[in-house]
Amino acid sequence: MPKVKIPTPLRQYTNGESQVDVGGGTAGDALGNLATEYPDLKQHLYTGDGKLRSFVNVYKGDEDIRYLEGPDTQVSEGDELSIIPSIAGGSPGGGTGGRY
Amino acid sequence: MALKIGAGDVERIHEHALEAYPEECAGALVGIDAGGTKVVVDVWRAENTHEEERSRRFLIEPLKIKEFEERAVEREMGLLGFYHSHPDHPAEPSEYDRDHAWPGYSYVIASVGKESVQDVRSWLLKNDRSGYDEESILG
Repeated sequence: MPKVKIPTPLRQYTNGESQVDVGGGTAGDALGNLATEYPDLKQHLYTGDGKLRSFVNVYKGDEDIRYLEGPDTQVSEGDELSIIPSIAGGSPGGGTGGRY
Repeated sequence: MALKIGAGDVERIHEHALEAYPEECAGALVGIDAGGTKVVVDVWRAENTHEEERSRRFLIEPLKIKEFEERAVEREMGLLGFYHSHPDHPAEPSEYDRDHAWPGYSYVIASVGKESVQDVRSWLLKNDRSGYDEESILG
C-alpha cells in the first residue's frame, strides 16, 4: 500500500498520524480512500464538487503529480505521497474580493 | 489558542511588509506548539511568486513550503503558520484567504501603509471553513 504523509495542521483529522497507509492503485484513488477513512479531512482537500482544492498539491516522492499523470499517476507498495499546500491569499477587492 | 511572538520577530514582519509595499509580502512562522500556545522562534521570509496583482495577492510555492518544513524539522521545530501583508487594507482575512487556508495554521496579517504598519492580527480558520476566529497575539 502507498503511504500518504499528512502535513502538521491536518493531523488533527487523522488521529495525530503523520503518515497513513492507504489502498489504491493511483494517486487519486489513494487520496480518495484517505478522505473516506478520515471524513473530517475531506473538505480541506476537496471542494464541494469533489475537485482537489487549487492550493493543495500532491507529490509522489519529489514530483508534483500534476507533472506526472495527475490523479491517474500510478502508485504502488512503498510509494510515498505527500500533501503540500501552496500558501496563497491576499487583500479584499477586485473580482474575487469581499471580506467575509 | 494564542500565538506568542517576540517584539524582534514582529519587527521583522513590519520591515518585510514595508519593504514590499505596495506589494504583499509573505513568510513562515517557525517554532514550537506548546499545547495551547504556539511559540514563534523565528520568521522566515518567502518570495511572493504570484504572477500578477502582487499588491493584493501572494503565493508561496509548495516546494518552498516543503523546504521550510524540512528546515524547521531539522531544528526540532515546526511550521506554525504564515504571515502576509495587506497593503492599504485592514489586517482581516479576505474571502480569497479563506479559500486558501487550512485549520491549524496561524495566519498573521499585517495591515501596511506607505509609511508604517497599522496593525498585526492573527487568525485561525474554523474547522468547518465558515470563517475565522481571531487568535490572541502575546508579546
